[in-house]
Formats: sequence, structure tokens, C-alpha cells
Amino acid sequence: MSIVVTTKPDADPDFDPSTPKRKRKKARSPKLPYWLTLPAVAALVVGLAYPLGWQVLNSMREYGLRQQFGEDATWLWFANYTDLLTDGFFWTVVIRSLVFMAATALATMGLGILLALLMKATPTWARVMLQSALLLAWAMPIVAQMTVWNWLIDSRNGVLNYLLSKLPGVDMIGHNWLEEPLSFFFVASLIITWASVPFVAISVYAALTQVSEEVLEAAQLDGANARQKLVHIIMPIIRPVLVILLLLQFIWDLRVYAQIQLLQDLGPKGDDYDLLGTYIFGLGIGQGRFGLAAAAAMIVLLITLCVSGFYVRELLREDAR
Amino acid sequence: MRSKFKRYLAAAVAVLVAIVWAFPVYWMINSSFLTPLTISGLDPTFLPFGGTLQNYRDVTTETPFFEALQMSVIVVAVALIVCIAFATLAALAISRFRFRGRKSFVLVIILVQMLPAEAMFIAQYQMISGLGLLNSIAGVSIIYVAMVVPFTIWMLRGFVAGVPIELEEAAMVDGCTRFGAFRRITFPLIAPGLVASGVFAFIQVWNEFALASVLLTDDEAQTLPLWLRDIAQQSNLGAPEWGQIMAGSVLVAVPVIIFFVIVQGRMAQGLVGGAVKG
Repeated sequence: MSIVVTTKPDADPDFDPSTPKRKRKKARSPKLPYWLTLPAVAALVVGLAYPLGWQVLNSMREYGLRQQFGEDATWLWFANYTDLLTDGFFWTVVIRSLVFMAATALATMGLGILLALLMKATPTWARVMLQSALLLAWAMPIVAQMTVWNWLIDSRNGVLNYLLSKLPGVDMIGHNWLEEPLSFFFVASLIITWASVPFVAISVYAALTQVSEEVLEAAQLDGANARQKLVHIIMPIIRPVLVILLLLQFIWDLRVYAQIQLLQDLGPKGDDYDLLGTYIFGLGIGQGRFGLAAAAAMIVLLITLCVSGFYVRELLREDAR
Repeated sequence: MRSKFKRYLAAAVAVLVAIVWAFPVYWMINSSFLTPLTISGLDPTFLPFGGTLQNYRDVTTETPFFEALQMSVIVVAVALIVCIAFATLAALAISRFRFRGRKSFVLVIILVQMLPAEAMFIAQYQMISGLGLLNSIAGVSIIYVAMVVPFTIWMLRGFVAGVPIELEEAAMVDGCTRFGAFRRITFPLIAPGLVASGVFAFIQVWNEFALASVLLTDDEAQTLPLWLRDIAQQSNLGAPEWGQIMAGSVLVAVPVIIFFVIVQGRMAQGLVGGAVKG
């Protein structure tokens, strides 16, 4: 910080020849960086900070449809929170979401790592083919993903049932994959995994190419087999990348809203098919219980911040390295 | 011998996985060119036997496709221009200056990207509705700019830091003003970065569904993702017009896929660069 360059209060720092050059350059426009960040800060305040403030306040108030139309919102302090936390169903949704998040994120990571190792093992032409296929899936907009998958799993003329029924002794024609809640979430997890594996696979592959051949050769000379090389050399080297990817998957899979909403559009509706995103939507926009929905959103925010805390720590640790 | 066999096996598995992964995309494109009669059959049609544009004609004329396209294009353009302008300035500030509050600003930029839209949209809906901006381009753009600006700053920061400050200083010694030095030296050098981060911001805004579904409830103000959801939902009430739904999905997905291919070149370069270095 070199905003104050000279001790003489009346001297203009720009024209003070005794000031060293470097210092003068920075002192010339001490306010400039603030002006430069101002528009971005303003955008964040309007679009995020203000709504966040609203959310914090109204999670502690009675705010329903009547308040929406002008009635004063009465302060409840933590009543909304205690209502939620003593509500068995809210806990069901929280735990369901956490299990869904963990299962989907782990499946994505496992498959992603396997595909990255596969890319390393194949000749270039096969690798390029696999990468292109992954990119195609990655590039699909969520809504388009969902319309295609909705047809693929359609009970009447979906390809999935058709192909499964080709197996000997299996007749899946007419099977509705979205009817059972467990099956509904399995399908949702499958689609999200399909869509998120490309990012993981390509990132892990990029990390794998950074592992130097010399280290692997040295391990080979010392008598390490392929499995030992993978577990004791490669994995520890790419561990930081894996940790960051896993945390990102946790964060992203906790906040699935669009996929669940779009599956519900075409299939069953109701509490049993809700994760946190659709649950909050139902409370707020659906039932107009904005105070309660705000409290629920704050709880989701806290859960996310716990996971992100680890992520930011990892990121900063990487940065310091 | 054994390792050669292993490579063939790996290649075979890779091809198989590639087919499985690309299948939904292939299925979408292929089916969009099939006639409704072919599609309604019980046996799926896997190979391109179609070649009709009827689905595209129907889906663009029987539904408000062009209204939605117009809405999407305007929202994306507004959000993108504002976002890139704001983010460039902020990226300059954090990579060119050391100022009090810089560290906290950078931390906020990282943290804000973690905020789940799903935990904020009730409040954002309330704010936009309070401003009377529901179903308006301005309302949704305000939220979108706040959504994409942090990541764009983060990405541009690296590009700006990659341009040595000495270049700018040299231009200023030669008589450029500070702004002139930026415009003539730094700006052309970070142009690829602007394109790349612009593409990422474009993809995010073009695809955005959750906030749009809350902020744009009017049929007149739908963006393309909402439009696609609508035709899928409506057609599902009767016998689904899968051909039209697939054509609609292709129309929404194609711009994104094209932009992805552009960015992919950059990514492949990164991969090759790493491989050579290793």
C-alpha cells in the first residue's frame, strides 16, 4: 500500500521528483482500482448481496402471501428455523439430498477416473474419439439433456426398455422408471452422472499427462508393478486435483434443481420425489410461505458453505504451492 | 505381444464407452429428422433413415419459437456485454494494482461462485418482483450478470496477469495515455481471453433454467429453455410428439455445441502442451 507517498501534505505526488519511480506509478491513481471494481461490486450487491440480506431477514419473519400484499411481517426470530428443524419431513429431504449428493458425486468421480486411465491406455485415435463423445455429452444444455433422457426412459417407446427387453428373459416394455421414488432418484443420478463425468474425466486426464515419465520409469526400475505405480505414484501426485474435483461435484450435486424439476414435469409429482431445491421451490413459489422457504434456503446455504470451506482451503493451498 | 493386446482391448473399450456416451446426443439429432410415423412405431429407428425437416417446420411454426429465440438472444446479449465490461475492469484492478481490500475482493469472488442459485432464488424472485421487473429483460439480466460476473473476473484475471506490465509502461513512455496503452497494447493481447470467458458466460446464460423458470413466468417472456420445457410438457399431456421435441432440443443445443467446439481447441492445446512437457 503506497497511497500516501509523501509526508508533505501540500505536495502533489505526481510531480514530486524525489519520489522513487515505482512508488510514484502506484500513487498516481490510488482511487483507480476502486473505480475499476465498482461496477462489478455494484452488480454483485444488487444481484446477490441484497437478496441474501432479504433472505436472512425474512427467514426470521412471518412472511406469507398476506405479507406479499402489504401486511406487515411480524418477527418470529428463530421460529421458522425451529419449525423446520423439528419437522421430520424436512430432515427426510435433507438426508435424501445428502445421500443423493454423495452417491452421484462418488459415481461421477469413480467413472471419471476410470475413463481418464482408459484414455491414457488407448491409442490416440481411440482417445480422440472418446474425448469427442464426452465433449458432446458435456455440451448438452440441461433442458435438452432432460428431454432426450425422458424419451430414452419412456415407458411406452423408450429405447432403454426396448434394449433391456432384448436381453433373454427380460421384459421391460411398459416399465415406468419414474414411478418408484428410489427408481426416480436412480434415474436422476444416472443422468447427472452421464452429464458430469466428461468434465471429471477430461480434467483427470489432463492431470495424468502432467505426471512425469521419469518418475514412473524410476518406479518401474525399482520393481513397481502397474497397480503399485497407480496407487503409490500416480494417485498421490494427482491427489490435489482429485480433491478439488470431488468437492466441486459435492457442491454441484447438492444443488440439483433443474433435473429433478424436469423429471417431475413428465412423471410423478409430490413430496416423495423432492430434493432440497424443489422442496424450497414448492415452499416458496408454490405455497407462498416465503419466510419458511427463506429459512430452508439459509440451511442449504450453510451446508454448501461447509463443503465450499474445504474447497476454498484446498484452492488456496494449491495457490500457495 | 501382451501389451499390444492390452492396447487393442483398451481401444475397444474406449470405442464402446464413446458410443454409449454420445448415444443420447446422436439419438436426439437422428430422431429430429424422422417422420412422426416412423417415430411412433414400437421399434426404435437407430440409423438415419429420415431426412425430413417436417419436425423443424412444425416446432418453429406451431409454437412461439421465434419469440423465445428473440428473448434468449436479447437476454444473452445484454448479460454478456455488461458482464464482460464489468469483469474486464475488475480483472484489471485485481491483477494490476495492490490496493486495500483486494484480498477480500478476491475471496468474495471465489466464495460467491459457490452460492447455489437454488438457495437464493426465492429471495431473488422477491426482489425482482418488488422492483416490478418480473417477466422483463432487465430483471432477469440483473440476476444473470451477478451470476456470471465472478467466474468471468476469475478467468480474465489470469489473462490480464499474463500481459507484462512493462509492455504498457513502454507504450506510456512512448507517449500513450494510460487508457491508450490499455486500448492499444493490453486489450488486443487479452482478446482471446475475452472470447473464451465470453463463450463460457454465453453457455451459462443460454442454458440457465432454474432462475428463468422463477423470474419469467409469462408465456410471452420465455427464454428457449423454458420454451423447450413447455413443448415437452404440453405434448406429454397427449401422445408426445417426440420428433418435434427432439427438433426443439437440437435448436437449443446447437449453438452451445458449436461454442463448445471452439473452446475445445483451446482445451486440446492445453492437453497437448501438458503431454509434451511431461
